[in-house]
Amino acid sequence: MFHRIYAIAKKEMRQLKRDTRMLAVLFLFPVLLLAIFGYAINFDVKHIKIAVYDRDRSPDSREFINTITSSDYFDIVDYIESDHQIKDFLDNQKVQAIIVFPQNTSRLLHTKKDTPVQILIDGVNGNTATIVMNYMNLAARNFSQGFNAEVLGRTGRQAYVPVDIRPVFWYNPSLNSTNFLIPGLIAMILIITAVISIALSIVREKETGTIEQINVSPLSPMELIIGKTTPFALLALLIAAMILIAGYFLFGIVVKGNYILLLLTTLLFIFASLSLGIFVSAVSDSQQVAFQIASLISMLPSTILSGFIFPIESMPVAIQVLTNVTPAKFYLIILRDIMLKGVGLEAFWPQVIYLIIFSAVFLALAAMRQKKTA
Amino acid sequence: MKIIIQIVIKELIQVKRDPKLFRIVFMAPILQLIFLGYAANMDVNTVHTAVFDQDRSVSSREFIRNFEQSGYFDMDYYVESYKEIEDLIDRGKVLTAIVIPPEFEKSISRRQTARVQTIFDGSDGNKTSVALGYMQGIAAGYSQNIALNLINRTGAVNSLPGNMVPEVRVWYNPELTTRNFMVPSIMGLVLMVITIVLMSMAVVKEREIGTLEQLIVTPIKPYQLIIGKLIPFIMIGAVEVLLVTSIMTFWFGIPIRGSYILLLFTSLLFVLSTLGMGLFISTISKTQQQAMMVAMFGIMMPMIYLSGFAFPIENMPVLIQNITYAIPLRYYITILRGIILKGVGLADLWQEILILFLMGTVILAASSLRFRKRLE
Repeated sequence: MFHRIYAIAKKEMRQLKRDTRMLAVLFLFPVLLLAIFGYAINFDVKHIKIAVYDRDRSPDSREFINTITSSDYFDIVDYIESDHQIKDFLDNQKVQAIIVFPQNTSRLLHTKKDTPVQILIDGVNGNTATIVMNYMNLAARNFSQGFNAEVLGRTGRQAYVPVDIRPVFWYNPSLNSTNFLIPGLIAMILIITAVISIALSIVREKETGTIEQINVSPLSPMELIIGKTTPFALLALLIAAMILIAGYFLFGIVVKGNYILLLLTTLLFIFASLSLGIFVSAVSDSQQVAFQIASLISMLPSTILSGFIFPIESMPVAIQVLTNVTPAKFYLIILRDIMLKGVGLEAFWPQVIYLIIFSAVFLALAAMRQKKTA
Repeated sequence: MKIIIQIVIKELIQVKRDPKLFRIVFMAPILQLIFLGYAANMDVNTVHTAVFDQDRSVSSREFIRNFEQSGYFDMDYYVESYKEIEDLIDRGKVLTAIVIPPEFEKSISRRQTARVQTIFDGSDGNKTSVALGYMQGIAAGYSQNIALNLINRTGAVNSLPGNMVPEVRVWYNPELTTRNFMVPSIMGLVLMVITIVLMSMAVVKEREIGTLEQLIVTPIKPYQLIIGKLIPFIMIGAVEVLLVTSIMTFWFGIPIRGSYILLLFTSLLFVLSTLGMGLFISTISKTQQQAMMVAMFGIMMPMIYLSGFAFPIENMPVLIQNITYAIPLRYYITILRGIILKGVGLADLWQEILILFLMGTVILAASSLRFRKRLE
C-alpha cells in the first residue's frame, strides 16, 4: 500500500517541479501579497480630515479646537467661512467632518447652559463615521469637564463626575487592527492555494483522460487521494511557514502561543481545504467549471463570511448559519487564539472538532460522487 | 463580418452546451451578491458582555440596566470573580467585562467618583473602539442624570457651569448602517470575479486542447477571431451587469439617488476592463492551472484588498496608495458610491469615468494585440 501511495506522491511532486512558472506563482505571490496587504489593510481611524467653521471666534471655541487637535485622531485641513462651503467640502470628500461653532457659543457656555456645537459627519462609510462620532463626543466631554473644573475651581469647589469608565485592553493595548487582520490573510491565501491546486490537478487528469489509466490500475481511491494530497499539503505547509516568517520580519508578528499546536491546527485546516478541493474536482468535469466553482466557494466566502473583515455576530441569523460552509471561519478563530491571545486547546477545541468533521463530510461526499461516475 | 458572426455564434453555442458552466455564470453572481450582501456589515450591534457586580445595590443594577436598554450590550454572564472574566475573554465568549466596585452606591451618595473598570478583548481593535464609544456614552448619560437629580433635589439650579454638547448630524447615511455602503462594492467584486474567471480561461482552454491550432490554419484573420471571441463575452458581461444591478436595487432595495443609466453605462466600462485583464491572463498562461493562479493571486486579490471596498484607502501608506491608482475596481467603487449613495452625476464623477474608460480600452487593446501576436 505504502509504495503505491509513495509512487503517486512522487509523480505529483515531479509534475509540480516541472511546472516552474506555476511554482514561482505559488511561492512568490503569497509573500508578496502579505507584504502589500499587511500594510494596506487596517481599520485604524486616525488623522481624520476635518474642517472648522468658527462663527464665534472666542477663546472657548479655540480651546475646544485645541482639545480636538491635540490627539492624533483629527487633522484640521481648512477653516471655512460660509454656509455654502459646507456642502462643497462634504460632497467632494475634502473632509470627513465639519465642526460648526454658532455665533453665541462662548456667551451660552458662560451663562451655564448646554451649548450646542454642530458636528457634520460624512456618513457614507458607517463604520468610520461611528468612530468619528465617538471621538467627537469624547472630546466634548473632556472639554466640558475641564471647563467645569476650572470654573468651579475659581470658587473653591470641586467638579463632580459620578461615574467614570476606566477601560483596560487585553492582548492588544494599542487597539491596532493589523495584527487582527493578518491571520485572516494567512487563512485566505492557504485556502485558495489548497482548493485550487488539488481541484485542478485532479480535473486535469479527467480532462486529458489519464484518470482512466489510474482507475484501471490496482490503486484504490483512498490511496489515490492520499498520494495526491500529500505533496499539496506539504506545499501549503511550506507556504504557511514562509508567510509566518515574512510576517515576523515585516510586521514583527510574534506567535504568543505554542508553535506545535499552530503547526498541527494549520495542517488540519490545510487538510479541510484540500477535502473541499477534492469535492470540487468530483463535481466538475472541466477545469473551467472547476475554476468557477472553486473561486465561488473559496475566494469571496473566505473573505466575507469567515469573520475576517465583518463580524459574524452582526450578520442575519440565516447568514450566520451559512458561514459554517467555509473552514476559514474556524481556522481564523484558532489562529487568532494562538497568535494573538496565546491560549491553548481548551479555548478552541470545538473549532478543531468542527474542522475534522468538515473534512470527513466533504471527503465522503466526494467519494460518493466519484463512485457514481466510475 | 460574416465570419465574425459565425465565431460569435460558435462561442455562444459552446457556452450554452455546457449547462454547468452556463448555470454557474448566471446563477453565481446572483447568489453571491445576495448572501454576501447580507454578510458584509460592520455594524457593531451586539456586544457580548460579562458583569462582575461587587456592589449588588439598587444603583449598580440601575447602571447595568442602562447598558441593556441601549440595545448594544447583551449581558450574557454575571460572574463572581476576575478568574471567570479571564476565562470568558480567553475563550472569546465576551468582548468586554464591566467590573462594578463594592462601594459603587456609597461613593455616588457621598458625591465621590465611582470608578468602573471595563476589561476589553482588544484583539479586534475596530470593534473594541466602537464598543468603548457606546460604553462611554452610556456612562456619561448616567452621570448626567445623577447630577441633574442632585440639582433638582438641592435646588441649586445655577450652581453648575455650562457644558459643550455636540449636536451630530450625519449626512448621506443618517442611520450609520454599513450595508448600503457595502452592497454596491460587493456588486463590483462579484462582477469582477465572474468576468475575469470566464475570460481568463477562454483562450488557454483552446490552446490546451489544441483547437487554437485548427483556428489558426483556417482563413479566419486574427482580428476577426479576436473580435469574434470578445463580442460574446462582452454580451455575457452586459447581461451580468443587468443582473447584479437589478438585484441590488430590487432585492436589497437600495435606492439609487443618481442616474440608473449612468450606473449601467459605467458598469459596462468596468466590465470591459476586467474582460481585458482576463484576456491578458489567457495570453500569458500556458495551462489553465497557471491562468487560474495568476487570476486569483495576481489580479483578483489585489483588486479586492486595494480597492477600498472594506479598508479605507486613506489609511494606507502613501506608497500603497499610489499602487491603488492602477486598480480599476477602485474607480468603479467610487463611482458606485457616488451615484448610489450621494446621488452625484457626471459633473463630479467624470474623472473616474474617464479613467475607467481609458483603462478598459487600453487593457483590452493591449491584450488583443498580444493575443494576435501569439496567433501569428
